[in-house]
Amino acid sequence: MSESDLTWEAVIGLETHVQLGTNSKIFTAASTTFGDEPNTHIDPIVCGLPGTLPVLNQKVLQYAVKAALALNLNIAEQSKFDRKQYFYPDLPKNYQISQFDEPIAEDGWIDVEVAEKGKETYTKKVGIERLHMEEDAGKLVHAGSDRLAGSTHSLVDYNRAGVALAEIVSKPDLRTGREAAEYAAEIRRIMRYLGVSDGNMQEGSLRCDVNISVRQGPNAPFGTKVEIKNMNSFSAIQKACEYEIQRQINAYENAELVVQETRLWDESKQLTKSMRSKEGSSDYRYFPDPDLGPIEVSKELRESWRAELPELPAAKRTRYIEELGLSAYDARVLTDEYSMAYYFEEVVSSGADAKSGSNWITGDIAAYLKSTRQSFVDLPFKPKQLAEMINMINDGKISGKIAKEILPELLAHGGSPQKIVADRGLGMISDPEVITEIIDELLKDHPNEVEAFRAGKKKLQGFFVGQLMKKTSGKADPKLVNKILIKKLSD
Amino acid sequence: MAIAEWRQQLQLGKVSARELVDQQLERINEVDQKLHAFLDVTVERAYADADRIDEARLAGDSLPPLAGVPLAIKDNLCTKGINTTCSSRMLQNFVPPYESTVTERLWNSGAVLIGKTNLDEFAMGSSTETSAFGTTFNPWNTSKVPGGSSGGSAAAVAAGECMAALGSDTGGSIRQPASFCGVVGLKPTYGRVSRWGLVAFASSLDQVGPFANCVADAAEILQVIAGPDARDSTCLKASVPDYLSSLSQPLNGIRVGLISECFDQKGLQTEVKKSVLSAADQLKNLGAEIQEISCPRFNDGIATYYVIAPSEASANLARYDGVKYGFRAKEFESLSSMTSCTRSQGFGKEVQRRILIGTYALSAGYVDAYYKKAQQVRTLIRRDFESAFQKVDVLLTPTAPTTAFEAGTHADNPLSMYLSDLLTIPANLAGLPAISLPCGFDESGMPIGMQLISNVLEESRLLQVAYQFEQASSVMETAPGGHCIPF
Repeated sequence: MSESDLTWEAVIGLETHVQLGTNSKIFTAASTTFGDEPNTHIDPIVCGLPGTLPVLNQKVLQYAVKAALALNLNIAEQSKFDRKQYFYPDLPKNYQISQFDEPIAEDGWIDVEVAEKGKETYTKKVGIERLHMEEDAGKLVHAGSDRLAGSTHSLVDYNRAGVALAEIVSKPDLRTGREAAEYAAEIRRIMRYLGVSDGNMQEGSLRCDVNISVRQGPNAPFGTKVEIKNMNSFSAIQKACEYEIQRQINAYENAELVVQETRLWDESKQLTKSMRSKEGSSDYRYFPDPDLGPIEVSKELRESWRAELPELPAAKRTRYIEELGLSAYDARVLTDEYSMAYYFEEVVSSGADAKSGSNWITGDIAAYLKSTRQSFVDLPFKPKQLAEMINMINDGKISGKIAKEILPELLAHGGSPQKIVADRGLGMISDPEVITEIIDELLKDHPNEVEAFRAGKKKLQGFFVGQLMKKTSGKADPKLVNKILIKKLSD
Repeated sequence: MAIAEWRQQLQLGKVSARELVDQQLERINEVDQKLHAFLDVTVERAYADADRIDEARLAGDSLPPLAGVPLAIKDNLCTKGINTTCSSRMLQNFVPPYESTVTERLWNSGAVLIGKTNLDEFAMGSSTETSAFGTTFNPWNTSKVPGGSSGGSAAAVAAGECMAALGSDTGGSIRQPASFCGVVGLKPTYGRVSRWGLVAFASSLDQVGPFANCVADAAEILQVIAGPDARDSTCLKASVPDYLSSLSQPLNGIRVGLISECFDQKGLQTEVKKSVLSAADQLKNLGAEIQEISCPRFNDGIATYYVIAPSEASANLARYDGVKYGFRAKEFESLSSMTSCTRSQGFGKEVQRRILIGTYALSAGYVDAYYKKAQQVRTLIRRDFESAFQKVDVLLTPTAPTTAFEAGTHADNPLSMYLSDLLTIPANLAGLPAISLPCGFDESGMPIGMQLISNVLEESRLLQVAYQFEQASSVMETAPGGHCIPF
């Protein structure tokens, strides 16, 4: 790293398109199902046939307002739709119904936890400029080329056209690739908590465009802004930012120009490449859509939707740390998915201690779900049953070893841990008299080892414990065993 | 024959719906070669509609209000399974898979579709001369235009080719041709009638309305087509009053305002002015109070309109790109040349002119000076009307500055053509209901129309004043020469 690198600072802002998960499209009843045969979810409105008119899906409005409330944005009591005009065949009307100068929500923020290996975790407050509603475009498929240019012909699929999007624009508050990735992940997490989007990046229900520039120090004016598209994962966002920051720094240091342009992230080559230059902004000839009246959200409606918001990930993280005594790491892992956090909370409310609950959930159970590609919602092993198992361990009724033994059965089929332990005779031997009896027998069988121990070979304690566990098939209470064994051996 | 009279004859079994269709088709055969009001005469459909009515009557079923009434529909209203062309090459073969709300309501009320009528391409014009499929001519003098853009519907009603018709009115496209053809034409309050299925020209101004031979018939049609529609967000939710019951109310105490700015126009034909002022006298005799009223921004309407309407049109017509439906150029080299060739071959000159004006008015650097400024003036015009309606109940103006002009008059001068909408445009900009009805004839025997404008949703008032005038004046009986197309 050259010396001057130290003074460079990146300025990053994200535009996030979130597909709102309504069953029907933003302005018509056509289905939003993903992945079906091309042009099976279209109707005259989607195709922009003459004489058709858009009518706003009220569910879309509800989802957008809930998303905006969760991002601490101010909801406009009145906003409007505008037409954004450009000719492209994936846009049936050759204009996109969007919101230009009066979006549904403005000026919010979220707390983003930034955690990176080898670095201290910190929380960053990221400003959010606005959220607005718009319709998605269709999809072009090019024959003989991956782009329009050079293709022999192109086909258009309007299944996605008219699907509702919320576009969320951050302020240029992000400084590193990691921050950008964490911000995007937090947005996705919030949308999933709200149930307004599945945030699936592979299917395109969450798409992030990054605006990025570098400058020499926090007080320097902004450098030339470059837009990066085509990142399909959070790690791609991070890497693309990191690559682009270095590329721009190198350019400036080599006295080359950074041009205002759109660049694409190439995942296979791990670099950004120029897509089109953006000299001056395109003229979209925005004007208010005369087919749609004002969008009105009364205070009453807004507050009734606010009341329906769930506890959001940042609040959960804080609560888990402060009230349940979990580590920041555990809190972060548990709250990543709403279903996991919900499962955890059910376990705790069924009487298990939080730390044990967290360990089982983030450890064995999460690993099992990952390997079987299931989610907590599908799990037959219910939170109450996990709580029961945890309490059996804590009460000394079974050992952790036995618990791990019965876990596969519980994960696969659920059931009562107590019953399984009883049926299989796996209950712990915790009667001191029984254990004393077994120990006496054991010591009688191994006089040489007893001799050696008493002579100072203290390591042999492990040998006796091992032998005893073998004799009892691991059912003896280990604490009790050690206590009695030491007493007997030192007699 | 008025609709009420027809209904009686049908119910008494004096004439069947099929016989009426026979008569209408015969009339169309007789005169439409000269007029070219129709783009498509839907013979089979008309008989099928009529037969259903006749069967219902024979079965003793109660008949819906427009049972067997043969209607012509402007060809920018979507009719399911029937070509809807907007008189444009672009949509020459377009068959909508859906029905417009207004026509659906008409068919549900028993009306019979007799055919689709000619218009200026995409309703852009004032003479029906910009149609890609040939001009329509005026039944009173076939060297003259019927007005526009709904010239086909106006001419068809005037020539007796149908009992009534639907048109659309963005800047006067119902009222001006009604005036030129000597029929009644009503543009309802913006949002009173659903726009679902009306091919958009300028969405914030477009409104569907009836053409009829008399005010009562216009009221009957409005009664059926008006009312809320969940498919149109701009359609008003207000319930629909009984328009017919108000017609017979006397005019005592009704305040009628003469907009002074209208009568000072340079281009106002003397006979038109005289005729409308004498109509004011007649209204006075009927008990109305007449006063002059000023709408200072009235004459700014036309400039405002020719920014707003083309702006909206430039976006509304962007969808015609040859990708999905309609006309596509045969030869092109790239995607962008496919779009541009399709649009330069598919659209006529007037449509292209307006798309260019609108694109310009919305462009970065110009949008404030044109589009946004026009919206501000629109608000001022609306306010002028608001204060006028504090003083009067209805406003009276000529419908058009002149009677029908010779075909080709404005061929080389679009701006002079635009002036024929000078007096009708302000009602569109303000969203107000307005009606045109005959009030006299000029020296050459061409009809003169007067326009009444009322406050928002006061169609009843409008129809009442129009009806009372119509009954008292019997204008149509004073026609000096009668139709050049004899009945």
